[in-house]
Amino acid sequence: MKIAGLSIARGGAPVLEGVSFELTPGRALILRGPNGCGKTTLLRTIAGLQPPLAGTITGAEEDIAYAAHSDGIKLTLTVGENLTFWAEIFAAGSIEPALDAFDLRGLLDRPAGALSAGQKRRLGLARLLVTGRRYWILDEPTVSLDRASVQQFAGVVERHLADGGAALIATHIDLGLEGETLDVSQFKAKLPDLEEFDEAFL
Amino acid sequence: MKALLLRDLKLALRAGGGFGLGLAFFLIVTVLVPFSVGPQSELLARIAPGVLWLGALLACLLSLDRLLALDWEDGTLDLMATSPLPLEAVVTIKALAHWITTSLPLVLAAPVLGILLNLPTAGFQWLVVSLLLGTPALSVIGTFGAALTVGLKRGGLLLSLLVLPLYVPTLIFGAEAARRGADGMSVETPLLMLAGISAATLALLPFASAAVLRVNLR
Repeated sequence: MKIAGLSIARGGAPVLEGVSFELTPGRALILRGPNGCGKTTLLRTIAGLQPPLAGTITGAEEDIAYAAHSDGIKLTLTVGENLTFWAEIFAAGSIEPALDAFDLRGLLDRPAGALSAGQKRRLGLARLLVTGRRYWILDEPTVSLDRASVQQFAGVVERHLADGGAALIATHIDLGLEGETLDVSQFKAKLPDLEEFDEAFL
Repeated sequence: MKALLLRDLKLALRAGGGFGLGLAFFLIVTVLVPFSVGPQSELLARIAPGVLWLGALLACLLSLDRLLALDWEDGTLDLMATSPLPLEAVVTIKALAHWITTSLPLVLAAPVLGILLNLPTAGFQWLVVSLLLGTPALSVIGTFGAALTVGLKRGGLLLSLLVLPLYVPTLIFGAEAARRGADGMSVETPLLMLAGISAATLALLPFASAAVLRVNLR
């Protein structure tokens, strides 16, 4: 997947411009940057949820699995029903590997509404494994996970990379993953030139 | 697509799913109308088709703001938009699930409630036929309204205001078909118009709904 000269906006105001990088199978890229610098907007743009102002995203059409702050979990359905639903939507077969990877087997018949925040997060991340997609776009995946679960998650990402997948992760903590780090704040969009701003009114 | 339909039906039937909300509203309206109009059976028989259609329409309207809002809140819509399922299919299935869980029970309850309103015998079959033909349009138009207002907090009021004018043609031809049926007149023209409205909205509006949903997801 190749990102070239990407400019993105949030609420009409440009936040990042000229973002360029390449994500190759087997590699992880960690996005860093202070709050509000545009990491989420960048990830949403790459996932195809909003169009970029300029630039191109090539090589990953229909091969992206996106996980954001909210996990898309239905609280009245059980863990198994939630996961099976996404497996059927993505037509990717069995939920068994995902259950094992995130240690959810014991919770299979529990309604998702009765899970703790960390367990919900694990269920949300388990969805990535049932999508069967190569590029994982992850936005703060470790929120509300305990230390052991973070290790477990890092292990899952490592296995995914070893299987030829790739991951683009925005996170503030150190996952212990091998991969490059990209500081997003270097692409911060410059403010529009105020000299010309009120020309039309003069 | 089947998975999404089954999930929506399951969610509607589980606790807090809102199944029966529209049905209860429909029941309340039709039970209260005879009390407010008074014990005049001829008058009731005359207004019965219109009241039943209006009650069904408002009951349908009542359940619209949950249609996409719940999926928006828990992030399902974002994930659905990045899934292999096209958004056009998602909104069509959502409308179908809404029709099955909300409109179909209304259609089935209408003849029973018609008895309460002294609906003439000849009118029962045409009431059911007109509701069967017209309610798909209500669900599809409602899904479009829900897609328009999906990002808004407390968007229910705006949703009603946007959707009501779009419901007017369906109401006019639906109630007209039911009224003509009850009076023993020919129902062909209003039924054809009603079927036309349903077919046209079903064919065109999913594309509009998916387009506004894409804009709202940005």
